[in-house]
Amino acid sequence: MIVLLLVFVSSIERAVMAFTTVGAVARGGARRGLVGTSGFAKLRTDIAGGLFKFLILSALLASLLILGVLLIDTIVSGWSQLSTRFWDFLNGSLRSRSIDDRLGVQQGLYGSFWIGAIVACTAFPIGVGAAIYLEEYALRSRLTATLELVIRNLAGVPSVVYGLLGLFLFVERNTIFGFIGLGWLVDATGGRSVLSAGLTLSVLVLPIVIITAQEAVRAVPVQLKEGAYGLGATKSEMVRTQVLPYAAPGILTGTLLAMSRAIGEAAPLILVGAISGGLTNNPELWDASALREKFTALPIIIVEWVSERGRDPGFADAAAAAIVVLLALVLLLNMTAILLRNYFERKRD
Amino acid sequence: MSSTATILDAAKPIPERLVMPATDHLVDSLDPEPHPPDDAEDLPTAAVVFDVDAVSVYYGEFRAVQDASLKVHEHEITAFIGPSGCGKTTLLRCFNRMNDLISSARVTGSLCYYGVDLYNPQVDAVEVRRRIGMVFQKPNPFPKSIKDNVAYGPKVAGLAKKGPAMDDIVENSLRKAALWDEVKDRLNDNALGLSGGQQQRLCIARAIATDPDVLLMDEPCSALDPIATTRIEELMHDLKTDYSIVIVTHNMQQAARVSDRTAFFSVEVNADSDSRTGILVEYDFTQHIFSNPSDERTENYVTGRFG
Repeated sequence: MIVLLLVFVSSIERAVMAFTTVGAVARGGARRGLVGTSGFAKLRTDIAGGLFKFLILSALLASLLILGVLLIDTIVSGWSQLSTRFWDFLNGSLRSRSIDDRLGVQQGLYGSFWIGAIVACTAFPIGVGAAIYLEEYALRSRLTATLELVIRNLAGVPSVVYGLLGLFLFVERNTIFGFIGLGWLVDATGGRSVLSAGLTLSVLVLPIVIITAQEAVRAVPVQLKEGAYGLGATKSEMVRTQVLPYAAPGILTGTLLAMSRAIGEAAPLILVGAISGGLTNNPELWDASALREKFTALPIIIVEWVSERGRDPGFADAAAAAIVVLLALVLLLNMTAILLRNYFERKRD
Repeated sequence: MSSTATILDAAKPIPERLVMPATDHLVDSLDPEPHPPDDAEDLPTAAVVFDVDAVSVYYGEFRAVQDASLKVHEHEITAFIGPSGCGKTTLLRCFNRMNDLISSARVTGSLCYYGVDLYNPQVDAVEVRRRIGMVFQKPNPFPKSIKDNVAYGPKVAGLAKKGPAMDDIVENSLRKAALWDEVKDRLNDNALGLSGGQQQRLCIARAIATDPDVLLMDEPCSALDPIATTRIEELMHDLKTDYSIVIVTHNMQQAARVSDRTAFFSVEVNADSDSRTGILVEYDFTQHIFSNPSDERTENYVTGRFG
């Protein structure tokens, strides 16, 4: 949370600094205008320009302010849990009363962690593969143009719809066209399980991964590709040795951002059957044996606790604490994305 | 791939320098190096590398080059000159089938490399590019170390793996490109840290490393300063003994300085469709082109009255 606060404070600081710099520059300009040493003395003040600058700066400050107030309010509410029993809170489980020594989010962390891992293992290779095919192999035709349009539209489909898809494919036994049975999918995922949730969210973020990877692949300079072809590289060698290394930073950033989106989603999980209680045991974080069992995830816990606060007001604070944990997790992922991107960019250039 | 390798192999025996030194005696005992057909006494000039016959290049409906016919000779430097848009680069990129990468490009006519039609469906474009190297207009080193840049071609061609054999190829190629003394102490540094002229010589070293027969150069000096340009020109002169070189240049003085033969291309505006097509106006010894051209358009261009 301290990190969060620091990030927040430093962003405010930067905004204030930007503001004062704007002022200083304006004053300096005015002074130069008055002195008029050069032949280009500024004779009038640019009022409209200054006003515009002020307006866009206040837009920035307003959005930061709203975000900051929400963030501080959440941290303050959750502080009672986080400051006194931080590790207990991370290791605890779902309880019926907020005043409980064993209350915590461990089951949610387990679910969210494995959902992230499954998304990384499925959406990443499929998305990057599809993007490379579309950019490097597919002929530019009306069909591929349509396909790209469809992918872009899929990125904007509400997440609940993907939840329904997940329910249809991975949770309930269904047949498509009346004869293609999908029961084997349910047998594989175990129905209402982390595996189903992870696969559903993979489908959800797949369009985002494809689009960002496509943009990264498109940005590879044509000179590099021609250089490789000119030396007798085949297409696959060219893709492996030029396109992938050059596009790696962009692909990684896109994938990790997609992953943090998947971790924050709640609606599809409700449909796929994340539950908010009745989980008997807390599996170890690395224990993959519970992947096909009943599950929950951090966003579900937050939803559950917020709805419980009427009955037991203490759950409001617990929900706030869970939000902070989820935020920290997402922030950690985003920071990893930035660090990895910087690392690969440095390696590339 | 094997069938294509044989079809190209039939065209020209594997040059001596392809054979690894370590296996020299082995190759000698098994199969004495075959010699190219010795028809030097019949022909007044060197063997023909490229026989271009009525080649036209289209991008979709647009005809970029119309009916170009010329012969490129072995161990000579052939220069393509002409104003912008005259199709000289387009024609050059047919020689190693780089135009294949543009899906709308289409080539008609016949373009033979030592008697084998490069556009025969049995010919593998990848194999062609391994034998016919290319240096591009803008230096385009890969964002890797100097060594990895030179090693790239041999590695994808399977000529050598890491180790002393590859080190030899890297050193020889850099020596031939007159870059070795400048970079021998920093082979593992990123190639993007080199100057523009060094980068272009690295690209030449990289092209040499796959041991091609021909080097195609697409305005290799247009992004370089005069000193770097001079070095590249001197280098081309040295490389002539081992390779046949085709160079596209905007710089007429450069063509006059380095080339043995020059092809002058011009642009023809089609009155009805308002499209511009490149045509080969004149092809002759460089001396003739610059001192005594037979076509008026060539004379106007080389004397600077048009361009």
